[in-house]
Amino acid sequence: MILLARFAHGDALAGAAHKARASGYRPADAFTPFPIDGLAETLETQPPYIRVAMFIGGAGVAALAYAVEWYSAVLDYPIDSGGRPLHSWPTFVLFPFAIGILAAAISGLIAFFWQSGLPRLHHPLFDADGFERVSQDAFLLAFTAPDKSDPRKLRTLLRDAGALAVWEMTP
Amino acid sequence: MSAAQTRDVRRWTLPAGREYEAVNVLVSAPLLRRHEWRWRAWWIGLAVSGLFTAVMAVTIFRVLSHGVGIWGYNTTVVWGFPLANYVWWIGIGNAGTLISSMLLLMRQSWRTSINRFAEAMTLFAASIAGLYPILHLGRPEYFYWLIPYPNTMNLWPQWRSALIWDFWAILSYLLFSIIFWYFGMIPDLATLRDRATGHGARCFYGALALGWRGSARHWWLYEIYHTTMACLAVPLVVSLHSVVGLDFAASLMPGWQETIFPPYFVIGAMYSGFAMVALLTALLRWGFRLQALITLAHFDVMAKIMLAASLIMGLSYATEWFAAWYHGEHTERALVIFQLTGPYAPIYWCMLLFNVALPQAFWSPRVRRSVLAVVAISVFINVGMWFERIGIVTGTLSHDYSPSMWRLFFPTFWDWSMLFGALGFFGLLYLVLARLFPMVSMHEVRRLIADEVRP
Repeated sequence: MILLARFAHGDALAGAAHKARASGYRPADAFTPFPIDGLAETLETQPPYIRVAMFIGGAGVAALAYAVEWYSAVLDYPIDSGGRPLHSWPTFVLFPFAIGILAAAISGLIAFFWQSGLPRLHHPLFDADGFERVSQDAFLLAFTAPDKSDPRKLRTLLRDAGALAVWEMTP
Repeated sequence: MSAAQTRDVRRWTLPAGREYEAVNVLVSAPLLRRHEWRWRAWWIGLAVSGLFTAVMAVTIFRVLSHGVGIWGYNTTVVWGFPLANYVWWIGIGNAGTLISSMLLLMRQSWRTSINRFAEAMTLFAASIAGLYPILHLGRPEYFYWLIPYPNTMNLWPQWRSALIWDFWAILSYLLFSIIFWYFGMIPDLATLRDRATGHGARCFYGALALGWRGSARHWWLYEIYHTTMACLAVPLVVSLHSVVGLDFAASLMPGWQETIFPPYFVIGAMYSGFAMVALLTALLRWGFRLQALITLAHFDVMAKIMLAASLIMGLSYATEWFAAWYHGEHTERALVIFQLTGPYAPIYWCMLLFNVALPQAFWSPRVRRSVLAVVAISVFINVGMWFERIGIVTGTLSHDYSPSMWRLFFPTFWDWSMLFGALGFFGLLYLVLARLFPMVSMHEVRRLIADEVRP
């Protein structure tokens, strides 16, 4: 069972999430039409590895690209042009740079999808009443199986914290 | 809520655009309730741009079947319109990334209502720019030789060649921009999915929204990735146009071999790009009735940026003259005299007029807040920037070290058809896009107005 509470704006939702946590309830997730500062921290999220993935992907591909340049220009296909150095690094920088940034972008995108579990075209929550407003103007706070204590207590707490409506759904 | 934030919201939106639902309706109506609109201007635009696209297709067919000789190249001026067009389009593309990343990192909240369509402009401009070097190659069927791949000829690309830098810079930039644009649009596609009433629209936007459900965790990851992408986009976009500048600066030609070229090209690119954004802003604001989200204050700030860029451009031109004089090399000095008084002088003087003199009108707040004036000056800036590029390409080539090789460049019909055909193609892509995807970032505007919406 999932308990959903709707709030009028993001700050009210963040405040309610904070209060619920202080009273020993753990909000499962929140659904908002735009990012709310500090909300993810209240919800206990795993540390993101997107930037790490971007760095590794970008630096790795850039290093590979440079290695290809060096191998092809110095070892495999050397062109002696008036005794100029075969390993002309100033002109070799650009290709690794451009493709490294592209690789970082792609790695980050993959990491984002990996960590967020998207793409996932269907989710049980899409069946919840009023969930289609989340992408437009609704701020929802979700709790799963409030087994520790009476769900009525949680409902009261949420209403006191400014919830406009509280309802349950069974996925 | 700080006072500064309130002032921001009041400045960048009208009261009609300060409700979440109002923003959703304003942006999604042209996509989801299209039968309520007349679309006459859209169809006229589509017909005209379709016609020009056909002209471009014929030109490309002719280039591929007859070779680059159909253009006005001669034995001396071996770069002509295609190279100037290429630099011009890449420059226009730059501004989209400038608005979406640099202004994001600088927390300029006014970018929220214009960044989406500026990014779309970037995609199309960069794609069109990428066509020119390939068509100009003379052997376009071998363009893939720029990629290092194991081949039976045992050949590798020449990494010291500016052509290779160009290829990778454009390719990376284009793919990067597509990712950046699409990723930023995912939450808005979810909004459209949830608002759509027809089955087809629900499926279309639903599939593209990738199941976005506005989870706080997803938003958190979204912001991390989006901001990091913005940080990467800034060096990428600067490097891209620097490379275009290096195409010229890495040569040994008078008027090209200048260390100022990379930064001068980057500023020029952002200048012409901003002029194009101002033009598109005016068109979309009028066509999609977005007056509540795009205010006169937007035109005001864009005009200020163009004014600053015009001053930098003026300084760059003056630096070129000074460098030629200080350099002492006869050919360098002769080239400046040739540009100022030679047969191409009208182009050069028009460039100075359009890029440096006319935009000084933006010192006046009344001009900056007049949509018509901003649009008119933006058109002149775009023409002026094209003059600058054609002047750089043909001026130097027509007048290099050896007087026996001096030739003038005369464009042919196919030069013009490729220039205007590509403009039509850009219009066609843009018009189609405007009917399929939200042109304003709804979730970013919602966030901007959040403080105002609060009871």
